[in-house]
Amino acid sequence: MTAPTEGRAIGAPRPRIEGPLKVTGAARYSADNAPPDALHATLVGAPVCQGRIVDVDASAALAVEGVVRILTWHDLPTFGPVPPWQAAVLNLPMQSDRIQHEGEPVAIVLATDIQAAEQARTMVTVRCAPTPPVLPGQGRRNLITASEEVDESGLVEGERGAPFRIGDVDAALASSAVRVSETWIQPSRHHNFIETSGTVARWDGDLLTVWDSAQASFIVPNVIAAALQLDPGNIRVIAPHVGGGFGGKGWVWPHQILAAAAARIVDRPVKLHLGRADQYTSTGFQPLLDQFLELGATEDGRLTALRHQVSNITSMTEVYVEAATEVKDLYACPAIDVSQSVEPVTVNLPTPMRTTNEGCGLWPLESAMNELAHRLGVDPIEIRLRNHADREPTTGRAWSTKHLREAYEEGARLFGWYSRPRGGRSEGNWRIGTGMASSTMGQIRFPGNATVVLQRDGDVVVRVDIQDIGTGLQTLLAQVAAEELGTSVEAVRVEWGDSDLPSTGPMYAGSGTVANTSAVALACRDIRKQLGEHSDTDDVLDALRQTDLPQITGDGRYELPNRVPMDMYGGDSGYAIRSFGAVFAEVAVDPELGIMRMRRMVGVYDCGRVMNARTARSQMIGSLVWAWGKSALERSELDPTTARWMSKNLSSVHIPVNADISDLITIAFIDEPDPYASVTGARAMGEIGATGADAAIAEAVFDAIGVRFRELPITPKRILDALAEMGR
Amino acid sequence: MHPFAYARPHDEAQAVALVAEPGSTIIAGGTELLNWLRLGITRPDNIIDIGRLPDRANIGLEDGFLTLGALATLNQIGEHPTVGEHARVLGQACLLAASAQVRNRATIGGNVLQRTRCAYFRAAEPLPWACNKRAPGTGCPARHAMNDEHAIFGWTDDCVAVHPSDPLVALAALDADVDLVSPEGARRLPVGKLHLAQQEAKAIGHDPATQETVLRHDEMITGYRVPLLPGARSAYLKVRERQSYAYALATAAAVVQMDGDTIQSIRVALGSVAQRPWRLLRAETSLPGNRLSADTVREAVQWDLDEARPLSGNAYKVRLARNTAVRAIMAAVES
Ligand SMILES: Cc1cc2nc3c(=O)[nH]c(=O)nc-3n(C[C@H](O)[C@H](O)[C@H](O)COP(=O)(O)OP(=O)(O)OC[C@H]3O[C@@H](n4cnc5c(N)ncnc54)[C@H](O)[C@@H]3O)c2cc1C
Ligand code: SF4
Repeated sequence: MTAPTEGRAIGAPRPRIEGPLKVTGAARYSADNAPPDALHATLVGAPVCQGRIVDVDASAALAVEGVVRILTWHDLPTFGPVPPWQAAVLNLPMQSDRIQHEGEPVAIVLATDIQAAEQARTMVTVRCAPTPPVLPGQGRRNLITASEEVDESGLVEGERGAPFRIGDVDAALASSAVRVSETWIQPSRHHNFIETSGTVARWDGDLLTVWDSAQASFIVPNVIAAALQLDPGNIRVIAPHVGGGFGGKGWVWPHQILAAAAARIVDRPVKLHLGRADQYTSTGFQPLLDQFLELGATEDGRLTALRHQVSNITSMTEVYVEAATEVKDLYACPAIDVSQSVEPVTVNLPTPMRTTNEGCGLWPLESAMNELAHRLGVDPIEIRLRNHADREPTTGRAWSTKHLREAYEEGARLFGWYSRPRGGRSEGNWRIGTGMASSTMGQIRFPGNATVVLQRDGDVVVRVDIQDIGTGLQTLLAQVAAEELGTSVEAVRVEWGDSDLPSTGPMYAGSGTVANTSAVALACRDIRKQLGEHSDTDDVLDALRQTDLPQITGDGRYELPNRVPMDMYGGDSGYAIRSFGAVFAEVAVDPELGIMRMRRMVGVYDCGRVMNARTARSQMIGSLVWAWGKSALERSELDPTTARWMSKNLSSVHIPVNADISDLITIAFIDEPDPYASVTGARAMGEIGATGADAAIAEAVFDAIGVRFRELPITPKRILDALAEMGR
Repeated sequence: MHPFAYARPHDEAQAVALVAEPGSTIIAGGTELLNWLRLGITRPDNIIDIGRLPDRANIGLEDGFLTLGALATLNQIGEHPTVGEHARVLGQACLLAASAQVRNRATIGGNVLQRTRCAYFRAAEPLPWACNKRAPGTGCPARHAMNDEHAIFGWTDDCVAVHPSDPLVALAALDADVDLVSPEGARRLPVGKLHLAQQEAKAIGHDPATQETVLRHDEMITGYRVPLLPGARSAYLKVRERQSYAYALATAAAVVQMDGDTIQSIRVALGSVAQRPWRLLRAETSLPGNRLSADTVREAVQWDLDEARPLSGNAYKVRLARNTAVRAIMAAVES
């Protein structure tokens, strides 16, 4: 047996246990599976953004050698209703001649090899009766009311985007000494993960096996079963690794259903792996957001009013609300008035991406706080301290734990904030500026489930149906089991990624860590409890060996207060639960060439107990990389004539490369456990680093060249146009 | 992608004969052609792989010229000491192109024949919108819609695309020649005369959107010849949104000979502003004899830029092109 590790296993900077699998290419992603006799599927997308299909001529495509069958909506069964908050799209494609957006599947080509399937799909002619596009700015904005967003399924996503009001904002604004009142815009952006989505489906009689790329594989059977009207218990989902999800694989998308349906029709396994271009219309994206935000404040910078009106685009047939107003709890403010609206346009349905809600909402809020600080001549940290929310502003609840003040202080120290040159400085052709902002992320929780098996030889097996989305959760679970049982981390083996394992919640918004480290800890405690009935030694292995059991199994069920299937911001815990942080940026701008560079960044985060210092740091660096992408590069543009995404490839849709990212990124954590957030003291971390950082970067640009950008990304064109307009 | 036949000739004579057959397309590194095949931009019947022809990747000095074989890769050129010594601007341009992996395959022969990055042009088949370059006669959506990165010189209403190459801009500023071979024999052209801006194609009665070069179908590039200019200093500047692995918004290649503080000769080409490298001829004629200063240079360059015809979304490019040219010239002198 291996000796117990010295000190604590939790928190140690352990390398990822799945790392060797990945760097040797042994990790199997969904597309790596091809059951014998499988057909390769490609999708033929709708050529227009809305209208009706007149006919689909597949004759030329069917003549391609290797093509077995081409399915149109006539061939597909009528799907049953799929559950909201699990199925991304409720109006499923290929159910009628109706086209809901460009790229929506209108035919499925099935061939014995991928080459034939690819060739044939370009030869399918789809004739349509198109309806003109509706572009952003041309649609009608519909205000979201609370009732529209409440759902019967039980898995309620709170009241996403419901209006909220306390105090009299109009009166407070009218009497405020200073007022910031602006509109901030951020573009549509796609997730652009490396592994495009894909599903392999195989039927064995009534049993369906699905190899999938999913961030929440537990809902895949529910949605497929609802659509195909079968028992979800008959569906097994194998989804160990996800090559990037960022929210885009959180819910179940139509291609996952189509793969299963097609396999059933042709009675052969089907492999439907989306091509890069397909990805832009087959899952979601973060919608274009237009946010009007108003702050009123007293002369000494205390907030008197906050108004926040958010509008995002959605598809013509369904409502997706990007709940950016969820930042309303960041600062103490007596009068708050927030509302959201959606603008249906002829695009595919948006979906959460990389810290939905706060990632979007902090862009205007933190920018406005910086503008307010500038207007009043108060330091940006000082104005935030003056408005620090000691309790959750909208409910008055106490925070579970909150260390935002320490984050500001530590961040300022690490960055050298108070000794920075104000108003920027020059260095050769560059102007250098600095900026800061707060970060925050609300805690979204799900229950968790795990079993832990302790064997007589000292080996420990953790069994839980999580997916590896690249964040290192398996390693955390091994660390938790080792610490709880007093064994070494090396003695722990984690089995994951298969619905035959104990079912648990989703892997997004940091909820995977909260639910599953809790469930594993509880399972270990269950082992201790069972053994305690047999023995009084503290050493679990000794205790086990005193019995005649070959092994002992502990069950861990992590329940939320009041046993709800999901809660937000503390739910019924009696506390408000949220993660916080402070982010600092130094940016260089070349005003003649319009380019900007990340010089250095500092982020300090308060996310409860840090479970693994290495993976946590990596996660925050990744978040800052995405924040740079949002600030400087990323946008998915629509062609104004066809409402089609302009570019559907990674060479024209820019995301950051290493050269864009400074090696001077400093990450620190407050690392105080949150006893109310989870069993282990962990709290949602997610991509909190990607919140507020855009505002810090834009402030640094302002500091450097005196131009306020309220529309992202800050591109060379925008910089040069802005300077030209100012006559510089 | 559509099926095609593949042939790998052993020597140049065989290659020339195969290339001349109708329906043939050359593949060298394949970094560009494969994109076209996947997107349906071309559908060749025969692909002639010249990638392993002997002695075509040479880089050397010959009678006052730097010579480059068409199969030399961008990394080979960029890292070659002789290039660094005699044509620094070209080495820089090569190393600022694409990514290290692509540069290991991308040849200098294929590079100048890459086609525009216009997003309308780069859509996968079936073409979802109009594009005169892809489907002649359908129109040019970029003319009035998404044209932030399009031309400010030489365009017509038919097409406003730019040529995206980096090395080509350096070769133009270096006054390089390109060597061609066909069944009719060899010919040599100034690199600057290889490509046509849309206005130039139109002026000689060709389709402005599709006639991008003066190359005939049966012709193959065998290499380039760069005249050595004693004492010349050069520099390449590329401005792009992303710091690596991105095409340019604007670039400038400058080759300058100085006599003390005085400019003796100067050649400047802008890239990504037209469908061919755009030489700043007014600056090139007015600057020699002047003392070097950023202001003088800016004024001279501005004179060329006064001729620019920006589109609805790319007025910024005029300013950017000017500043890029000034910077490149100053960087060349300081090198
Ligand atoms: C992701 C990516 C990023 C890139 N970024 C940049 C960049 O930033 N800057 C830049 O300048 N380039 C860039 N490129 C373009 C790249 O440099 C070119 O694709 C490459 O140089 C083409 O050379 P090749 O040998 O691969 O050509 P191929 O793909 O083999 O051929 C391209 C074309 O040239 C023809 N051809 C090839 N050789 C000859 C010859 N000897 N005679 C006649 N015709 C010939 C072919 O028939 C074909 O029409 C990028 C490419 C990629 C894929
Ligand atoms: S600019 Fe040229 S390539 Fe682009 S859409 Fe117009 S015609 Fe096509």
